[in-house]
Amino acid sequence: MTHDPGYNFAYLDESTKRMIRRAILKAVAIPGHQVPFGSREMPLPYGWGTGGIQVTASVLGPRDVLKVIDQGSDDTTNAVSIRAFFRRTAGVATTERTAEATIIQTRHRIPERRLTEGQILVYQVPIPEPLARLEPRIAETRRLHAMADYGLMHVKLYEDIAKHGHIATSYSYPVMVNERYLMSPSPIPAFDNPKMHMMPALQLFGAGREKRIYAVPPYTAVRSLDFEDHPFRPIRAPHRCELCGSGDTYLDEVLVDDKGGRIFVCSDTDHCQERQAMREAAE
Amino acid sequence: MSAGTALAGFADPVLDSQAAFRAVLEAMSRPGRIQRLPVPPELPPGIGPAAAAVLLALADADTPIRLAAGAEAQAWIRFHTGARAAPAAEAAFVLDSDAGLLDLDPGTEEEPERGATLILEVESLSEGSGWRLSGPGIQATHRLAVAGVRDGFLADWAASRARFPRGVDVILCAGDRIAALPRGIAIEEG
Amino acid sequence: MYVATKGGERAIGAAHAWLEEVRRGDPAQPEITAAQVEQQLGLAVDRVMAEGSCHDRGLAALAVKQSRGDLIEAAFLLRAYRTTLPRFGASLPLDTNAMVLSRRISATYKDLPGGQVLGPTFDYTHRLLDFRLAAAGALPGGAPQGEPDLAPTPRVTELLAQDGLMQREAAEEAEPGDLTRQPLSFPADRPLRLQALARGDEGFLLSLGYSTQRGYGGNHPFVGEIRMGEIAVEFVPEELCFAVDLGDITVTECQMVNQFKGSRTEPPQFTRGYGLVFGHGERKAMSMALVDRALRSPELGEGSEAPAQQQEFVLSHCDNVEATGFVEHLKLPHYVDFQSELENVRTMRAAVMKERGE
Repeated sequence: MTHDPGYNFAYLDESTKRMIRRAILKAVAIPGHQVPFGSREMPLPYGWGTGGIQVTASVLGPRDVLKVIDQGSDDTTNAVSIRAFFRRTAGVATTERTAEATIIQTRHRIPERRLTEGQILVYQVPIPEPLARLEPRIAETRRLHAMADYGLMHVKLYEDIAKHGHIATSYSYPVMVNERYLMSPSPIPAFDNPKMHMMPALQLFGAGREKRIYAVPPYTAVRSLDFEDHPFRPIRAPHRCELCGSGDTYLDEVLVDDKGGRIFVCSDTDHCQERQAMREAAE
Repeated sequence: MSAGTALAGFADPVLDSQAAFRAVLEAMSRPGRIQRLPVPPELPPGIGPAAAAVLLALADADTPIRLAAGAEAQAWIRFHTGARAAPAAEAAFVLDSDAGLLDLDPGTEEEPERGATLILEVESLSEGSGWRLSGPGIQATHRLAVAGVRDGFLADWAASRARFPRGVDVILCAGDRIAALPRGIAIEEG
Repeated sequence: MYVATKGGERAIGAAHAWLEEVRRGDPAQPEITAAQVEQQLGLAVDRVMAEGSCHDRGLAALAVKQSRGDLIEAAFLLRAYRTTLPRFGASLPLDTNAMVLSRRISATYKDLPGGQVLGPTFDYTHRLLDFRLAAAGALPGGAPQGEPDLAPTPRVTELLAQDGLMQREAAEEAEPGDLTRQPLSFPADRPLRLQALARGDEGFLLSLGYSTQRGYGGNHPFVGEIRMGEIAVEFVPEELCFAVDLGDITVTECQMVNQFKGSRTEPPQFTRGYGLVFGHGERKAMSMALVDRALRSPELGEGSEAPAQQQEFVLSHCDNVEATGFVEHLKLPHYVDFQSELENVRTMRAAVMKERGE
């Protein structure tokens, strides 16, 4: 496959890629620290994954195999659209199989299958600042990160416990990276947080509108914030997948009628299909 | 036109830059693991293939450079990247084996990403023996043998690392091979 | 058996085809041309150039046509195009003193050198729908012709400055930062603030400017001058040492005159709020000048309590391409996070119900 000759390889011009690549390298060298970058207007709107797209475009080479998921699925409209964008502008091979991909761009999920050393996971990030809901001023949060002063967040979580008896954050659950930087894992469900810890793959995060890039290198400690007497607990719907029978994956709830009928199915469609195929083969 | 500009840069500027960057990214993500870079077909004297490839891939008019490789290499880099020369303490990229880690820009507590990248040309790199590296990017420990760094490098490294998140990231180059030492990595002598 | 919905690619293709059909409208009607948009919807084109941060009337007109008249969408199209252009450098500062004026009014002096020029303005039209425009065909009569007045028209703020009544702006030799290449960080200096405001959303700046008039950070503005007209853009290429004329563009400039009570180091004098936009964009230029002045309040010791005085708030939210993206992205699927919240709320509800039951 070749790329559309009307565009530079992977759309971005070379000087933009260079600037983004430098930001990515510094982000990897300072795990969890948000590096500002000169984010460009992309031909897709802010909020549609422009940060992830710019990171992917800067990392991608002709031999890569790209997978794009949104909500865990390859077939959601925005995932389809982003995959088509890179097929057109970079001519790269794409796949829906997690195991075959070298770069996986994602919105809101980490694949169920354990990622490997040969892979890069690129997250689309809406709000990179984990403290944003507690302190919206960037000038101030930057200072707090510099001093590793995360008291605000601990107070917030503690108030949750006082009020609800447990930490009432179910997604975008804040993590400490290598015990230094507080980081937003992007709006993945807290269920996915443990997968970030010591992951063999490189994790890159791009926030286009907020103009920040950050990273977690492979084999890096990522700890979900908690308290000794109130340990972190990931939430998932207490059901089995209707399609593959899985009892340990993250599930979507699907309404099947207007009388309260609902079923639960895997959010990670590739993983689910793999399990269904295995089940069929076994029968 | 000055001397260095007669020589070409990367054979394929778009794809070679991408491949060189990916090698540096891989090196920075997995400290101490050796990566190979695509190298330019011809080089001015005073600069090795890997160091040249790193600069061609990453430097531009926004990155002041300190180069101790001589006027021809300087002109060549300037021609192909647009990067201007700067004193070591102000440079984003430093290719100067005399430059001390502690003399370079370590960034600030709020903007540690401004910390410089030091490109060090060494005699040889090999894995499996030598320094013991540990930290983010390394599952337990990783061994890297480096020949040809100046005396006192490890003491400087420990002092530089103590400033984290401020600090300097190092790319070691030998021939067309590199290994990286991001600022937070702990190094013990082997 | 449940089967997950598939076919995103087909749905997208069909949506695009439908969009194209409604854009064209009834094929019995002649198709509007970009040239017609440029000529007859000129203020829409000007607004799109200003907020799209790219001076090209033809492309802006095309964007208006393609976006079906959605001006924020059109500005976005132009921005996405702009970002692919190579950057050659910065032009010399525009000399608005040398502007060939189509309009020039001052609210601070009854008469002044160069006079008042009303120009093509809605100001004194009676807002009555003109049903003659609904019928096809030309309207009778053109504008009366006259000899252009080529006498110099010095800017009002300079006339004030001659008497020491207007604060002088510090001249800066250094090329200002470029917010399209370096992300804004706070506090941002005035050149960067003005850049952000110049491409900012007209409606947002209008409301903020209005809020300063209603007491939220008031600074007693007078329109020292609004001028609109053509001006030459000049550029000095790196290999030459003289300026090359790149052509003329139309801009609107507004200088608001505001009182300043003085400080320990400076005597009482007037200060300036500045607005400049591409094309004929008077409302935007005036709003920009009000907000620019409000953003100077902290440095002038006037406080920073009002929304229009808080630069991080104003500058982070004035860009309508960013704002529309993030607001509209809420319609993308969020069912994974919603599922987490569902389970979370169910757990909390169960706990409360159990407590109540006991």
